[in-house]
Amino acid sequence: MGSSCGPTGPEPGAAAERVIYLDNAATSWPKPPEVLAAVQHYLLEVGANPGRAGHFRAAEAGRLVFRARRAVADLLGLHNPMRVVFGANATWGLNQAIAGLLRDGDHAVTTTLEHNSVLRPLHRLQEEGRITLTVVRAAGDGYLDPDEVRRAVQPGRTALVAVTAASNVCGTIQPVAEIAARCRTLGVPLLVDAAQAAGAVDLDLARDGIDLLAFAGHKGLLGPTGTGGLVLADDFDAARLRPLTVGGTGSRSDSVRQPDFLPDVLESGTLNVAGLAGLAAGIDWLHGPGGGPEAVGRHELGLRRRFIDQATARVEGFQVAGNPAGPAVGVVSFTVEGLSPSDLGQGLAREFGVLGRQGLHCAPLAHETLGTFPVGTLRFGFGPFNTAGQVDLAVAALAEICRQERP
Amino acid sequence: MSRTYVLFFSTNHAMWAEQVLVARGIAAKVVAVPRHLSSDCGYCLEIPATAAAAAAAILRSSAVEFDRIGG
Repeated sequence: MGSSCGPTGPEPGAAAERVIYLDNAATSWPKPPEVLAAVQHYLLEVGANPGRAGHFRAAEAGRLVFRARRAVADLLGLHNPMRVVFGANATWGLNQAIAGLLRDGDHAVTTTLEHNSVLRPLHRLQEEGRITLTVVRAAGDGYLDPDEVRRAVQPGRTALVAVTAASNVCGTIQPVAEIAARCRTLGVPLLVDAAQAAGAVDLDLARDGIDLLAFAGHKGLLGPTGTGGLVLADDFDAARLRPLTVGGTGSRSDSVRQPDFLPDVLESGTLNVAGLAGLAAGIDWLHGPGGGPEAVGRHELGLRRRFIDQATARVEGFQVAGNPAGPAVGVVSFTVEGLSPSDLGQGLAREFGVLGRQGLHCAPLAHETLGTFPVGTLRFGFGPFNTAGQVDLAVAALAEICRQERP
Repeated sequence: MSRTYVLFFSTNHAMWAEQVLVARGIAAKVVAVPRHLSSDCGYCLEIPATAAAAAAAILRSSAVEFDRIGG
């Protein structure tokens, strides 16, 4: 398969012919066959626990984990792969950064574009009276003003700024490097939520001045669910992060004290080795057949634009949430006047096998900002294996559902 | 050929060191830590004894942390 405007990929198989999967913002599908092969290789031929035994199978499992660490480090501009800390998902990484860094009496800054995986950890600390919080309002088109973020920082009190690299609701790519430059000037650590951006946006911690970055392994990086984590810039003082979890690390086993070196200090318990083997293969695919994250990003943005252009022309009352034409990843949220996003989403799935996600996308403040709260939107997330033809079919299906549903 | 061992604080560091040293032409191999060197679980690198000084220099210049070389 493949398309004229982006990377080629594997035949998705019979199951994919029955559906048009446009829910890649939730998790990507299909995965490259190399990902499946890597997971299978670990489960069938390795199977051991990395760093927990002296035999050669455990060593091989350790190599698989290191390979994933190296792949994430290279992707994000890190010299030291030990600064890639794996966890279950981006939510874990964000919680580790937020709860690990903030101390009683601190002030934090975040934005209305954030996912609940940023908002809820911060809100809980605020509700407990442990921190104060400023939430910077993004513009109605889904973009942040870096100077608004800078103005929210309280010199001497603000201990963290947390922003998304790309909105999970409307896809808009945020000016992270500009925000980082302001944070560096003010001496405030910047945490970036790259759940939607990693794999489709060129992110480089050193170049962009990002201190901490949380990533999902199962979205744009094409790994299995249950992979993700937190990345610490080479110059970020890791001792500032209190571990969320402590326990067995396979290192310093003669001591009951948690090791103080990365990644072990933040990475207790057995890792998802099968998932990480798949994650490494997914990142390899991005750089190889995918043509690189920027090429994949261009492909997905092309599909977003094609969808918006065609739906605007063919579907009466079609309205995009946020900026339809600015810098974005392949995520689009939309409404159709007079029809509920829920009915649209269910109808498209049931009648045409077009799979998106309706509702508030775990980002209530983003929907308030975009003017789509509390009903929400229907969201499509395009992936590297989606094609222009699938977009055309989705638009035709949307037009037909709207015709059927209108009173 | 006489061998020696590079000990690390963590298996993760051993894996990184193996990659770095092999890329620089040193025959490094991850092996279980010999009991006479450490009671810790995990791995170390076995390298030619003649490469000990070079390995130490490479690891330091690459910012790969290690505990010690010897044994």
